[in-house]
Amino acid sequence: METLNLFISSIFIDNMVFAFFFGMCSYIAVSKNVKTALGLGLAVTFVQTMTVPLNYLLNEYVLAPDALVEGVDLSFLTFIVFIAVIAAFVQLVEMVVEKFSPTLYNQLGIFLPLIAVNCAIMGGSLFMQQMVGAGEINNFGQSVVYGLGSGIGWWIAIVMMAAIRERCTYSNIPAALKGPGIAFIITGLLGIAFMIFSGIQL
Amino acid sequence: MASKSLKNLTAPLSGNNPVIVQILGICSALAVTVQLKPAIVMGLSVMVVTAFSNLVMSLLRNGVPSRIRIIVQLVVIAALVILVDQVLKAFVYDVSKQLSVYVGLIITNCIVMGRVEAFALQNKPWDSFLDGIGNGLGYAAILVIIAFFRELLGSGSLFGVRLIPESWYIAEGGVYSNCGLMLFPPMALIIVGCIIWAHRSFNKDLQEK
Repeated sequence: METLNLFISSIFIDNMVFAFFFGMCSYIAVSKNVKTALGLGLAVTFVQTMTVPLNYLLNEYVLAPDALVEGVDLSFLTFIVFIAVIAAFVQLVEMVVEKFSPTLYNQLGIFLPLIAVNCAIMGGSLFMQQMVGAGEINNFGQSVVYGLGSGIGWWIAIVMMAAIRERCTYSNIPAALKGPGIAFIITGLLGIAFMIFSGIQL
Repeated sequence: MASKSLKNLTAPLSGNNPVIVQILGICSALAVTVQLKPAIVMGLSVMVVTAFSNLVMSLLRNGVPSRIRIIVQLVVIAALVILVDQVLKAFVYDVSKQLSVYVGLIITNCIVMGRVEAFALQNKPWDSFLDGIGNGLGYAAILVIIAFFRELLGSGSLFGVRLIPESWYIAEGGVYSNCGLMLFPPMALIIVGCIIWAHRSFNKDLQEK
């Protein structure tokens, strides 16, 4: 039950985009049509589901106080370890996908390297670390669930945004607001809509 | 200072602003703007990281093979961010707590990576350093504008100092109340949208067709 709650809240309540602004750069840049948005969302969800648990293991067995060597606290190395895991993993995924599924590689090709510097991925891992500290994530399974949930949340957000922006091309927007201006305001309104979910508990 | 160097410093303040023109580094820009103080600290941190990562990568630019440059950049940036994080924890602990994960997210802040890729790898160290300072300032300027409106309208104060008199509030028999919505994340996005709107109304060459 607790795990299901974590899953739901990481998708809707603590949505990566609307509650924390994670991954905004690619969110604004790549949300011009639904098809590419779907592709990027899929790639982000996949990488998120893999890197959050990996970083969870590293956090538990290497970085936490007394984990590796008695009396040594390595948590100041968090940033560099997490970003190295993410960059290495993205590189690995790129090579594996290229080898085994050239079709998928061609669809995702340009987005894969971009994911390494998507703040949603790094932010997901850092939040996971905070939630471990706060006792909200207690085991490996829950870290997988959190990774999956936050990835799906980002995916839903970018697809919704892309669908709205496709429609927007037909509307009469003031010249100075066209492009990023209106995109920000739409995201803000979507964020207000998502505030409805806050406080939901299963 | 030569005029070209000066241009590197001033262009990112308005005409080539990293946040509202290049649309970079928005992730962390918005979450820290509920109050002015964390916004300013965040702006300064990003400025330091951008300036020094530009400087270091510009010094290294002829020695690093382009195939592995991304990982080298990430290591340089991550090391700088760890330094900044430790300094913040040591000297302004309360602000560091407020900024929480967003300090770590400077690593994946697209401004830092973007300026290294687009500028430092092709230019001399001094110019790159100035470009980093300029972009950091441009970023900080937007943060301060957003935080000004959010703190003033949302909490009725600036830098934590109350500006709206107590007696104006409804609870005290007045007619005024704070706009609580300003404290929520979505309003930051809408304010950025409005800043872009105002900025592009004056700079017509930036408007999209």
